[in-house]
Amino acid sequence: MSVLVLTLIILIGAYAAGLVGSLTGLGGGVVIIPLLTILLHVNIHYAIGASLVSVIATSSGSAAAYVREGITNMRLGMFLEVATTSGAITGAIIAKYLPVQYIAILFGVVLIFSALLSLRKKVDHIEKTKNLVAETLKLNGNYPVGDTHVAYNVQNVGGGFIMMIFAGMMSGLLGIGSGALKVVAMDGMMRIPFKVSTTTSNFMIGVTAAASAVVYLQRGYIDPGLAMPVVIGVLLGAFTGSKILVNAKADKLRYFFSIIITLLAIQMIYKGLTGTI
Amino acid sequence: MKQPEHKLIKDKDIQLMTSLVLRWGVLLSMGVVILGGIVYIYRHGHEAIDYSTFTGEPYFTRNLNAIAVAVVNFKGRAIIQAGILLLIATPIARVLFSVVGFVLEKDYLYVGITLLVLAIIVASMMGGFGG
Repeated sequence: MSVLVLTLIILIGAYAAGLVGSLTGLGGGVVIIPLLTILLHVNIHYAIGASLVSVIATSSGSAAAYVREGITNMRLGMFLEVATTSGAITGAIIAKYLPVQYIAILFGVVLIFSALLSLRKKVDHIEKTKNLVAETLKLNGNYPVGDTHVAYNVQNVGGGFIMMIFAGMMSGLLGIGSGALKVVAMDGMMRIPFKVSTTTSNFMIGVTAAASAVVYLQRGYIDPGLAMPVVIGVLLGAFTGSKILVNAKADKLRYFFSIIITLLAIQMIYKGLTGTI
Repeated sequence: MKQPEHKLIKDKDIQLMTSLVLRWGVLLSMGVVILGGIVYIYRHGHEAIDYSTFTGEPYFTRNLNAIAVAVVNFKGRAIIQAGILLLIATPIARVLFSVVGFVLEKDYLYVGITLLVLAIIVASMMGGFGG
């Protein structure tokens, strides 16, 4: 295939991945990797490198908006970035030694898990119980709801921190933002309101991905010819997705895409198991 | 006259600054990537390409100095890679700005935490994990 044709195909595919990633809340990274590896037969290392770059772009772009609105808890984000960045480096180091079949299988499992989580009901629970560690670290915050600000407390700081190391590792190993895992840590374990969890997770993804991207770049996993259409396409797709109003129809759409993503994930696992990736 | 203790800047200012750094970082890097992409397609658009086997990347796309030299020579892929470097630098710059913000806010606990994050990223860059 010529460079021009392949670039155009990847650009369209990446746009679709960014759009679907944004609509489902899964992020562009987990959609672009199976697209590149299964449909376009791109080597998984190149796919992961390009995806990491696109993850930085979408995360930074949308974080810019959320931070300004004051929903993101920046102190909480900074604190947990200690965990995610150290996890990310560990993941990037493991990626060199782990055979690609295992990476594909792990990717499929994380993808299915993320797709299932994205279908959950999203409830903004407000935790009022005080927690000494959270208070010492100034992690408690408030966020705008309508015209007022609602205060919330943070729980289980230790458990959340450990979960974040794991989320960072998956990000560095698989080239994804692993937003779903970050939300599990914050929403599920630390009892942070859903909206704050997702925006703060998004805020952390850029730095986390940058920490492993510098390793990937030096290792030659980031091909500029491939990363160029991927990053442009995913970013534009995600931007379009953020402009589409969330309504009942979008909900059905989300189910539809989640099923497609699950099928892609099963194919990744199958290819990993049969060693054909 | 005794000054009431007040912070030089507030959380709100840090939020705004962070938002601007992220937005302009993404826009600038995308501009450079698109420029490089045009040069690359113009020069190599009709060549055959295959990404199915991992062969590693040419040196001029992996090393900071080599990228700079190739950018001066107007190599498309090096310009794209420079744009990608700018993109990777964007969230890192955001962390740097946070250090300044927390210093001005006199929140020394968070100056420490933010510096720790920076140290981890520097270790990732300099640690030779890329070999």
